[in-house]
This record gives sequence, C-alpha cells and structure tokens, in this order.
Amino acid sequence: MSAYIIPVLFLIILLASYLRRREPYGGFIDGARQAVDLTINVFPYLLAIMVAVEAFRVSGASAYLANALEPILGKVGLPKELAELLFIRPVSGAGSLAILDGIYENYGADSYIGRCASVIYGSSETVFYVSTIYFSQSKVRRLRYAIPVALVATYTGCIVGCFLLRFF
Amino acid sequence: MLVASLGLMIFTNPAAATGALLDGAHGAVELSLNLLALYAFWLGFFSLIEKLGLSRGLERLLRPVISRLFPSCDAETRKYITMNVSANLLGLGNAATPMAISAISRMDDGNPRASVDMIMLTVISATSLQILPTTVIGMRAAAGSANPADFLFPSLIATVLSTLIGIVGVKLCSKIFDRDKTRGKARKAERARMRAARKLARERRATVNNSVTRKNASSPRNTEKAAQGGKP
Repeated sequence: MSAYIIPVLFLIILLASYLRRREPYGGFIDGARQAVDLTINVFPYLLAIMVAVEAFRVSGASAYLANALEPILGKVGLPKELAELLFIRPVSGAGSLAILDGIYENYGADSYIGRCASVIYGSSETVFYVSTIYFSQSKVRRLRYAIPVALVATYTGCIVGCFLLRFF
Repeated sequence: MLVASLGLMIFTNPAAATGALLDGAHGAVELSLNLLALYAFWLGFFSLIEKLGLSRGLERLLRPVISRLFPSCDAETRKYITMNVSANLLGLGNAATPMAISAISRMDDGNPRASVDMIMLTVISATSLQILPTTVIGMRAAAGSANPADFLFPSLIATVLSTLIGIVGVKLCSKIFDRDKTRGKARKAERARMRAARKLARERRATVNNSVTRKNASSPRNTEKAAQGGKP
C-alpha cells in the first residue's frame, strides 16, 4: 500500500493544478530550478564531511564506536551499524546524509539496517543546528532544557519507529 | 573527527589513507548528482503545492492548535509560528527557519534565559514535523530499493510520537523548573544565610584563631557561597 502514496499524491496535486488552472508545467519548472542553487550550496559541505566520514570508517574508528555502543543499542533493538548515524544526526544534516548514503551502499536500502536508517533519518531533525539557528538573532543564550527534551523525544521516536518496522 | 580518524589511520592502515580521502570526495560528487535530481523533483512538486494554496489551508487548520500550545504569545508572533509549523510539516525547512527566527526575536525580552514558549517552538521543530521524508525516499530509489516508500508508516509514527513526547516533556519541565522559581530561590538563599550565620556563631564560640573569624565576618557572601556550593 505504501507504494501508492507518492504516485497517487503526485497525481492528485497535478490534477488539482490543472483543474484550478495554475499552470502545473511552469510551476514545476520554477521549483526544479531552485534545486541547482540548493545543491551547489550544499556541495562543499557535503564534500568536506564525506572525506571525514570515509576516513572515520577506513581508520576503524567507526567500528570502535559501533562496538562500544553495541550493548546499549542491542537493548533497545537497534543494529549496531547505526551508531554513527544516531550520533551525527542531531549535529549535522550533510554528515548524516553522507552516512545514510554509505549505509545504503554497504548494507542495501531494503535490508533491515537500511530501513532502520531510513526511519531514523526521516523522523528526526538536526536538533543542535535548529536550536542554534533559531536563536541566532535573539539575546537568549541559555536554552535550558530545550536540547535534552528534543534529544530524548527524537531517540524514543527512533526506537519505536524501528521496532514497528518489523510489522510493516 | 577528521584529525582523530587520520591520526588513528596512520597507525592502523596508512596505505589506505590517501585512497579513503579521495574516495570520500568522489562519493560526495556522486551523492550531489543524486541530490540534484531528487531536489529538483521534490522542489518542483512543492512549488505546485504552494501554487495551489495548500500551505495557506494548512495554516488555517493549525491556528487553534498553535494558540493552545503558545497561550502567552501575541497574534503576530503566533502567525509566524503557524507559518513555521506548516512549512515544517511540508518539509520546507528553508522556508520554515526565517519564520522561527522572527518568532523568537519577537518573543525576546532581553532575558538570556529562554522562555517556555521559545523552548516549545524549538523542541517542536527539532523533533521533526516533516510528514513526507522526501530526501530519504529519493535516496532509497537511487540506491535501487524495491519499494522506496515502504518505511513511511513507521517513520510517520516515529515523527508524531517524538513531537508529542517533546511537547509533553516541555510542559513537564516547565512545571518542574519554572513554577515557584522565585519562591524556591528565595528559600534557598534564606537557608544558605541561616547556615552561614550558624557556622559563624559556631566558629566564634570555638575560636582559637582570631583571624579566621574576622575573615569570615568580613565576607559573609563568601561563606554563603561556600555553604551553597557545599550542599548539592
């Protein structure tokens, strides 16, 4: 059933645009054009972080981290291969994207590990980045319990989401 | 991270170091091309949604929820918050961020401590609201998944659950840390003062060395601080 969601949604939006005479073709082109700027802006960060991630993996540091966290991750039912992703996700968007890409490459997008990674990335945000940028124009310097609450909520959501994956 | 990894690599696997670095750069180019394709598709799609006025409809739906979550904000601030939440729901993070910055700037009263409303807005955004994780769907499709959208239901449940836990968490923490804050502080200060006075009296009674007494008497703030710091 989930296979229908995207195509049906796309069809509905396209039909509605036609019916309301909103020029779907021109609209789509306008939106798609923004992707060029967006990708060019992201590219240098992505490159720097992917070099770091690759070094992290090849050096064996990534495996140390995974093994160190295995007892905790095992208790909540998450594969230890996701340790890196869980670590980087709240900190860096480009970094977690690079790690997600690596997970798909190494374990496959349809493996349990790949699907867990999809849920984790799809259901969370870069907690630290969001908190920093939201307060960037204000005088507030102490965010108090904002980040701990957000992190606890995010990780609980991830654990439950990955658990539910076994039934879908 | 890079420095630590490189340092480690020089010990474990120096021959692979150069290759790994360039591999990473190569991977970034490939990933960017993938991203270009899927950003182009989704941004085109969202521009159709925007032209249909769907985000405005969403804002209307959200208004009552927002006024319940942010009771002490004025109407203008609430408008920014509503626009932020609706953009986040649609996964338009770039459109959402400026709205949140404006909302927080409006709530700012010069106090360096974040207010409950500010924390609520931050937590709601930071626990992710995005209904359709478009980037993940696109990346799975590019990686050759048989059904790129098959993780959507668990992911949606995780998204909703994390946001609910976040909201409850903020409400709970605000009850614990913010209620009676001034009264609690006053009580603590009073207790510290009493303790300092008792200590002073005891020292005076048992005094052999006069200089200690004089030093303590001349700087009651220090004694108070020491007593406060010693307790927890």
